[in-house]
Formats: sequence, structure tokens, C-alpha cells
Amino acid sequence: MLEVVNLGIQQGKFALDGITLRVPTGSYGVLMGRTGCGKTSILEVIAGLRRAHSGEVLLGGRDVTFLPPAHRDVGYVPQDGALFPTMTVAEQLGFALLVRRAPRNEIERRVQELAEWLEITPLLDRRPQGLSGGEAQRVALGRALSFRPRFLLMDEPLSSLDEATHGHLVRLLQQIREKRDVTVLHVTHSSREAGDLADVMLRLEDGRLVEGGR
Amino acid sequence: MSDARLPPPADMSDRAFLAGMAILGGSYVVLIIALLTANMFHTSFKDLKLAFQSEQIQYAIKLSVISCTVTTILALWVAVPLGYLLARTRFPGREVVDTILDIPIVLPPLVIGLSLLILFTTIPGKAFERVTNQHMGELLTYFVLPLVTAALIAFGCTRSTLGRFAGTLFGAPVVALILHVSVGEALAETLQDRLHTRITYAIPSVILAQFAVATAFAVRTMTVTFQQISPRTEQVALTLGCSRSQAFWWVTLPQARRGMLTAATLAWARSLGEFGPILIFSGATRMKTEVLSTSVFLELSIGNLNAAIAVSILMIAVAVAVLVLMRVFGLRGASIV
Repeated sequence: MLEVVNLGIQQGKFALDGITLRVPTGSYGVLMGRTGCGKTSILEVIAGLRRAHSGEVLLGGRDVTFLPPAHRDVGYVPQDGALFPTMTVAEQLGFALLVRRAPRNEIERRVQELAEWLEITPLLDRRPQGLSGGEAQRVALGRALSFRPRFLLMDEPLSSLDEATHGHLVRLLQQIREKRDVTVLHVTHSSREAGDLADVMLRLEDGRLVEGGR
Repeated sequence: MSDARLPPPADMSDRAFLAGMAILGGSYVVLIIALLTANMFHTSFKDLKLAFQSEQIQYAIKLSVISCTVTTILALWVAVPLGYLLARTRFPGREVVDTILDIPIVLPPLVIGLSLLILFTTIPGKAFERVTNQHMGELLTYFVLPLVTAALIAFGCTRSTLGRFAGTLFGAPVVALILHVSVGEALAETLQDRLHTRITYAIPSVILAQFAVATAFAVRTMTVTFQQISPRTEQVALTLGCSRSQAFWWVTLPQARRGMLTAATLAWARSLGEFGPILIFSGATRMKTEVLSTSVFLELSIGNLNAAIAVSILMIAVAVAVLVLMRVFGLRGASIV
């Protein structure tokens, strides 16, 4: 279960307070709200990239509030994908396993597996600069899932895509949802995406969380 | 009520405007070109050849190249960590440090040279000079050599266990230990014999004087470089399982390659041009602490105008080569002087 209790975040001008949300294990949670209202900050706190000034983050029942990101078992897809500019697609997909000192053949196997699922096998030797928006988002998704984390955080992964690529990526996300081996929190400003994907719908309004179920 | 259309505004002023800008700005370009051509016309190939056959000038060329290169390497060693800290972290006193780092850029170079000289008359300065003069061999064998060896192994074999061990805190001490039980003592003695040196008025002072100024520019460049690298990639690396140092080595530093090249080029060029501090701190001893900029001064002071111009032309050629190199690598956009 992905859980956030009484979170308080301060950033510059705005502040969030008393944010509590829960996404059951294996469920697909969608967090909606207007742009700039703090959804990204909540994701960053859950991932461990930002400190909250009050509250707790519990992942799988474990209090991870003060743990570094590397120990939280979280995959993170930021808003612009943030691919590593100096690495090929294959290197990016294998990076998390490389850091964990996995043997080379296991890394190669996992990279092939991800590339096939994401349909990016012909792109494996390319650098990020030559990829289209949809391709880059798929690589970012594959990279985040490469080490089979139990939690997946995505910040507006579909926002800058055209119709066809949008549909393709939604299908990939639905496959993730159906497998039920990752707990997802997907941030978006589009209610259509929420409708297509969410098990649990959450809305951030005026600094407070409003829940809606399915 | 008249609906008569007004005539369009006259456009002659546009051309006059641009012409005026061109004349104002162009006068500076003309000045630079005039300076360069005046030098060229005052000398001939024969004079140049004669000047470069001089033993002193050949020594100056060698010392310049070596000292600038060493200074650049040292400057990068300092500028990369400093630039990263300034760009990425918020620590108390950050603004103060930032301002301090601007001082060598703003201070008159002569003052830097004098300050260095005075520093080495203080107690810690004298102690430092004692080490390099009397304990140089041990310093190199048990400190510098292990560090360099460990760093090279860590860089060269990043993915092997050996490389990873060398990169930890224990890498260098282990090398030092290995040296100690084997060739350490003999090595230290030889190095001491060959390399012991004073600092002031000797070659290390040239490097120190160049370093004091060039590093400030390198730090500025590296700070801007790291600021321009999106922290998102580093953050993603953290979530993928990296510690901060791993994220730095694997993700941030490769993105900083161009910036490092720019910083190195800047530091090298600045070191070559350094004169005032070297004159005061290292003196102008021929065949000892003479670098190319000092050569110009010395040749001029003994009335040898031709040789002075010859060296000047060499330095102009190097400066132009550096600029061309920076443009070829497309570095100009990432640099600030």
C-alpha cells in the first residue's frame, strides 16, 4: 500500500497541509488537479527527492519518510522523462541493474524483455536526442520499471503526446494495471486519462485532497 | 472627419541607425586588427627564426607549456567539486564563498603575486616550503603517487571490483602501504634528490601563481555548467538506486564534459597570459622561472625589441589557436569569461 499521512509541504509561495492519501497494493491511483497546485511536489516527497516539513510517507507499511530515494523501491517518471543525455537507450534501461551490480547477461536479458514489451527494440542503440516524444516516454517508463519496483510514480506521462502515441502509451499503462504487481500513482490534469486508467481517483483542490472512488 | 491615409514613415533612418552602430562597434575591431598587423609588420621571418633559436626562449616555451598544463589539471580538480557544490547545494555561507571566489578575478594580478610572496613568509607558509624542500620524496611517494594511482585505476576500470575499491577512501592508503613495504624508501630518496625544491622563486611558484588566478575562472565556468545541467536526471538516478556520488559520476559528470573542456581551455589560456604574479612571486630568472610572458618583458628590458615581438607573435598565434579550438568544439555558448 502506498500511503501518505498528514503531509505538509512548503515551497516558495504555496503550501500544502494535512495531505493524506492511500493507494491500495497493486492498485492504480490517479491524482488530479490544476497545473501548479503541488501534485509534482507530492510525488517528489514520496520518491524521497524533497523533504516535507511534517507528516509521513509509508510504502508497503514501512515508514520511509527519512530514507534516501535509493532505498524506497520506487520507480519515478518525471514530467519530461529526463532521459540521461549521454547514454544509449539500452544503457538507460540497464542502468538500475548496473547500479545493483547485476551480472551482465541478466542485464541484457532484462533490457531485451523491456524493449520488446515497449516496442522500442530498434531504438536500443540510439541516444535520447534522436527520439520522438512518445519513444522517449516509453524509454523513461521502461527505465523506471527496469528493477521491478513495487511502486511507480508518474508525473503527467501523457501530457505532451499526439493522439496515436497517447493511445499506445495508455495501452501500456493498462497492461501495468492489469498485472497488479506495481502500486501506481499517476499524476495528471486530464480527467479522461483518469477515467481510462484509475482504480482510485484523487483530486487536489486548494491545497486539500478530495477523494473519489471508482 | 477626414479619412485620408497618412503617408508611411520615412525609412532612411534604419540604414543610418545600423551604419552608426557599425562604426561605433567596428572601431574596436579595427583597433584589434591594427594591433595584430603592427606586430607582424615590425618583424620578419629571419628575426622570428633567430629568436626561437635562443636557448632561453626555448626553455620559456617548455616551462610555459608544462606549467599551464599542470595548472589546468589542478584547477579542474578544484573547480569541478566547487562548481558542483555551488550549483547543487545550499550551505550556510554560500553567498560569502561565492563572493570570495570572485576576488582573484577582480584583484590586480600584482597584488595576488605580492600576497603569495607574503604568505610564504608566514609560519604555515614556511612550514609548507620546508616540506617541499626537505620531505618532497616522502610527500610524493606516500601521498601523491598513491592518490594518482588509485584515481587512475578507479577511472580506468570503473566496472570492475578493483576499480570500485580503488575509488573508495581505502584505495589510496592501500597503494601507499604497498609502496611502503616494497620500493617505498628507495623511491622516496630518489624523488627527494631529484625533485626537492623551494617554492618562492622556483618553478612551483609559477604553477601556484597561475593556479591562483586560473582556478577562479574555471570555477565560474563549472558552476554555470552544473547549473545548466537539469537536476532531474540526477534525481532519477537516485530513485534508480544511486547514492549521490554514484549519480554524480555516472549521470552528471558525463553531461559536464563540454563544460570541463571549456573550463580547461580558459584556465590554460589564462595561465599562459599571467605575468604580474609570476614576476613578483617567482622572479624573472632566465632558464629557471621564465615563462613566455616574462620573456617578452625581459627581452624588452634589454632592448631586444625583435625578440620581444617574436615571442608576442607566438603568444598571439596560441591565443588565436585556442579561440579557433573553442569554436570548433562549439564551446563558446557554454562559456563565460
